[in-house]
Amino acid sequence: MEQLEQTLAAIAAADTADAVEAIRVSALGKQGWVSALLKTLGAMSPEQRQSEGPKIHAAREAVTAALGERKGALESAALEARLAAETVDLSLPAPETPRGSVHPVSQVMDELAEIFADMGFAVASGPEIEDDWHNFTALNMPETHPARAMHDTFYFPDKDAEGRSMLLRTHTSPVQIRTMLAQGAPLRIIAPGRVYRSDSDATHTPMFHQIEGLVIDKGIHLGHLKWTLETFLKAFFERDDIVLRLRPSYFPFTEPSVEVDVGYTVINGKRVVGGGGDVENGGWMEVLGSGMVNRKVIEFGGLDPDEWQGFAFGTGVDRLAMLKYGMDDLRAFFDGDARWLGHYGFGALDVPTLSGGVGVRP
Amino acid sequence: MKFSLSWLKTFLDTKADAATIARTLTALGLEIEGVEDASAALTRFRVARVLTADKHPQADKLQVLSVDLGDGNPLQVVCGAPNARAGLVGVLGLPGAVVPANGMELRKSAIRGVESNGMMCSTRELGLGEEHDGIIELPADAPLGTSFADYLGSDPVFDVSITPNRPDCMGVYGIARDLAAAGIGTLQPIEVAHVPGAYPCPVEIRTDDPEGCPAFHGRVIRGVKNGPSPQWLQDALKSAGQRPISALVDITNYVMLGYGRPAHAYDLAKLTGAVVARRAVDGEGVTALNGKHYILDHEMTVIADDAGVHDVAGIMGGEHSGCSETTTDVLLEVAYFNPQRIARTGQALALTSDARGRFERGVDPAFLDTGLDLLTDLIVKICGGEASEVVRAGAAPSGQKTVAYDPALAGQLGGVTMSASEQQRILAALGFGVVETGEHWAVSVPTWRPDVDGAPDIVEEVIRVHGLDAVPSTPLPRADGVAKPTATPVQALERRVRRAAAARGLHEAVTWSFLPEAEATAFADGQFAWTLANPISEDLKAMRPSLLPGLLGAAKRNLDRGASSVRLFEIGRRYLRAENGSSDEKLSLAVVLAGERTQRGWATGKAVAFDAFDAKAEALALLAEAGAPVENLQVMGEAGAQFHPGQSATLRLGPKQVLARFGMLHPATAKAFDLDGPVAAVELFLDRIPAKKAASGFARTHFAPPALQAVTRDFAFLAPLGVPAGDLLRAVKGADKQAIVAARVFDDFRGAGVPEGHKSIAIEVTLQPVDKSFDEAALKAIADKVVAAAAKQGGVLRG
Repeated sequence: MEQLEQTLAAIAAADTADAVEAIRVSALGKQGWVSALLKTLGAMSPEQRQSEGPKIHAAREAVTAALGERKGALESAALEARLAAETVDLSLPAPETPRGSVHPVSQVMDELAEIFADMGFAVASGPEIEDDWHNFTALNMPETHPARAMHDTFYFPDKDAEGRSMLLRTHTSPVQIRTMLAQGAPLRIIAPGRVYRSDSDATHTPMFHQIEGLVIDKGIHLGHLKWTLETFLKAFFERDDIVLRLRPSYFPFTEPSVEVDVGYTVINGKRVVGGGGDVENGGWMEVLGSGMVNRKVIEFGGLDPDEWQGFAFGTGVDRLAMLKYGMDDLRAFFDGDARWLGHYGFGALDVPTLSGGVGVRP
Repeated sequence: MKFSLSWLKTFLDTKADAATIARTLTALGLEIEGVEDASAALTRFRVARVLTADKHPQADKLQVLSVDLGDGNPLQVVCGAPNARAGLVGVLGLPGAVVPANGMELRKSAIRGVESNGMMCSTRELGLGEEHDGIIELPADAPLGTSFADYLGSDPVFDVSITPNRPDCMGVYGIARDLAAAGIGTLQPIEVAHVPGAYPCPVEIRTDDPEGCPAFHGRVIRGVKNGPSPQWLQDALKSAGQRPISALVDITNYVMLGYGRPAHAYDLAKLTGAVVARRAVDGEGVTALNGKHYILDHEMTVIADDAGVHDVAGIMGGEHSGCSETTTDVLLEVAYFNPQRIARTGQALALTSDARGRFERGVDPAFLDTGLDLLTDLIVKICGGEASEVVRAGAAPSGQKTVAYDPALAGQLGGVTMSASEQQRILAALGFGVVETGEHWAVSVPTWRPDVDGAPDIVEEVIRVHGLDAVPSTPLPRADGVAKPTATPVQALERRVRRAAAARGLHEAVTWSFLPEAEATAFADGQFAWTLANPISEDLKAMRPSLLPGLLGAAKRNLDRGASSVRLFEIGRRYLRAENGSSDEKLSLAVVLAGERTQRGWATGKAVAFDAFDAKAEALALLAEAGAPVENLQVMGEAGAQFHPGQSATLRLGPKQVLARFGMLHPATAKAFDLDGPVAAVELFLDRIPAKKAASGFARTHFAPPALQAVTRDFAFLAPLGVPAGDLLRAVKGADKQAIVAARVFDDFRGAGVPEGHKSIAIEVTLQPVDKSFDEAALKAIADKVVAAAAKQGGVLRG
């Protein structure tokens, strides 16, 4: 079987798929020498066939196997060569996807809504362009009340159908009145939103955000207010060492009125909320105004103050955001600088939840 | 309200230190804004005697002093003060001392070549007054070497913020009373002798405006000698931040600051005829003590004589009739003015004063006589003179009030358990009277507390003195179960859309609600715009009728700062006006895309600017998140004059309900905002998105993926250029509502092979068999319907 050896050698030497195919045809094709040998089997005697048959079949199988092997080897070499040619530089940048952000004020409002939802407070809202009855009179600030002058109010030249002067609300407190009138009692609400004062300097902007809280029920007292504020601030700042200092104060819409300071320590030049303020490098910072809702306000809200009582509080959302997340310039909140928003803003998926945490950690 | 510890101690017998007093004041609701001790800054300044004073060899105006600190080692000091001379005892600042007036640290130095070991100081340099004509001169027996802080003695000054409800604490005496109630010392009674009148008051005093000025008490003091007031009086006023002027003026200020009782002293020689409290005549004027001229009206109460107005009643005296160095006869006015009228007048004139601050909060109506006695006594003692009889025109309101109070209310409202006796003790110390009448008390309110008119006020009094720290935290009752969701549908929508926009790569901005008027007008689309009467600036004047101008301004600032691409959004209200004149605030979302959508890149080539389809993509994606039925929206025109007329559109639910507008800005709009290059913008009217009907059953309808495979067929239509591809697509999609589950345009070709004025629109249609696969006949029937539907829109199937 000299031919077999030659063929196997040729297969081993074949370096293209075409060459392999040519060898297959020359060996296994109709005119091929293996096929020719197979045809001789018919003319053989049984004895001859018994001795020659296996040899011829073995030769055919050997050629077939060698062809298959060689073909496979050539194909993988070709694939390797192709893939090598397809190499890309993956250190090049991938297509860019812009990253958006949620404004800190929105994020903090969501955090507040989450915390207060757990305490049973719904979120209420009211108009920012208010009338002076809702903004002042119904909150026990009659026309000549000195507190009115202290509010630096923006006025419109317009009056509404009832002849009330239109203005930009100076606080979120008119929502108290609107909600009492609309929903009656009992009530637990927070009301976040934009408020306006004609005031502009390094720490004041003519527009800022407040959040109002109101609880109207039976038997609500100052102790409930204290607990609510403590609980809220601990949850908001995510610290158990929040210490409050309550100070008697005055607001026309509450009686008794209480201002709430929170203790802080100055760390690296910034006020960090936590601990009592009467320590070295510490201090107290006013964060909330609050008090038991004035009987007159409850009456203006259409409720009987002999039956219902409650507390209210208000605080600055922007300030809460600054205290929690460390911004130090209020004006930047309203500038729309994408660099600032990208830095201080929050990811779309940073949704505050009770189980996942209401705050975003470093 | 500022006052010194020594002034406080004239009313309060106490041994408490300044820190304790400060802490107690804050706990009482009299918030300490600061405690200053001027002497604390003076510890490195020493009492020193000038031994010799010689001319400086290099400078005419300087002297070289030898100064003795009493330790036998005289120091050489260069000094420029004209009064520096041998024998003078003054104050020497040693190296290392910081000059209070300018914060400069003293150092050993050479002045014009002569060594100087410190500085002899003036009053002003030490922050103790305005005097700067020469160095301080102390009595010759002042102990040399003593720290000047010790020599002066420490007298801390408290700065207290007084809330508007506490006129009584706008005098040091009232503050002393609160402190005494809190256990800080004993309140000293006001003891003043009535100076009897030696002659009838020579001036007629009347009130012709009993509403504005119910009471006007006065008397004349003749033969006074006005001049600088004594040191104790000057010191007291300085501690309160008041500049001493002259004894007569200082005395009225002292009684105002000490007792919260404003008064006015007129120079009798400047008055003619009766002195009358009356309403001003419209247009009448007065030049007040601040040098400004005020035009008055009939709503304002004034004090006037035959010649004219001398005093804007209770607010500020007139320049003409004020006391001066030459005054010899004075008329004292101690009046009670209607607080509301004072407030209105002060607001109308934009005039604030210490007197107004007290009168508008309500001074003690029972203190007129005592106030007048205090003034008379001080004037006669300090300035001499002889007092007339007192004239009392009108009568002040009694100020008497009685409040029914149940001591249990301290617990019910205040949340703290307090014994009845402790409550009584506190009330008595504050000047309240308590009569027990069964369960309730009748609490009489002192005349100096106009703010107290109900039981909750009494609770506040007892609690603030008792201490708010004592109020125990009490949990609010909690509803059963897990906390219920609280967000309203609108709030939920707002939150969802906000996070969707952020997820799409947009930064949320918060911009001003007010705009320059021109910008508001440009976006008002003919609707009413709210414009402030008293804006803080012209740039913040009109309430925004759209969120776009604010965002465009922000985009401009970002581009100016070098940003190549700006993607901003805002969610907020646009301010409209309801028919009845009230506010109509609508929830909106706006997006501004400016600069490059894609930066130049190795794979993408040149930078690509934003176009109108970027705006459309944001509009549709955010509307979908907001729950709008985006499948049913029609793309129509009339986005508004602010937009490029050929590259903008509205998205409507039916022909009238515009849910959004989007597109490229009109070049004129971009120019108005100083924006170079194309800007894409979107405005969503979130208020117009129809609310979802409350669905019963499951939140999802039933669905099982079809078993049979969908097939796609492509159609190409020739259509006139004016036919919107969207109309064609809508027609195709609607051709067989059952079989056609999707259709999309995948080509818009114009040019070779397409007739002039036409375009070729290619649409891929997805067909979903339900029960059995489509056969050729079924497919042909659907294709015929598609072709027929397209034909109605002007589309002809391409052969």
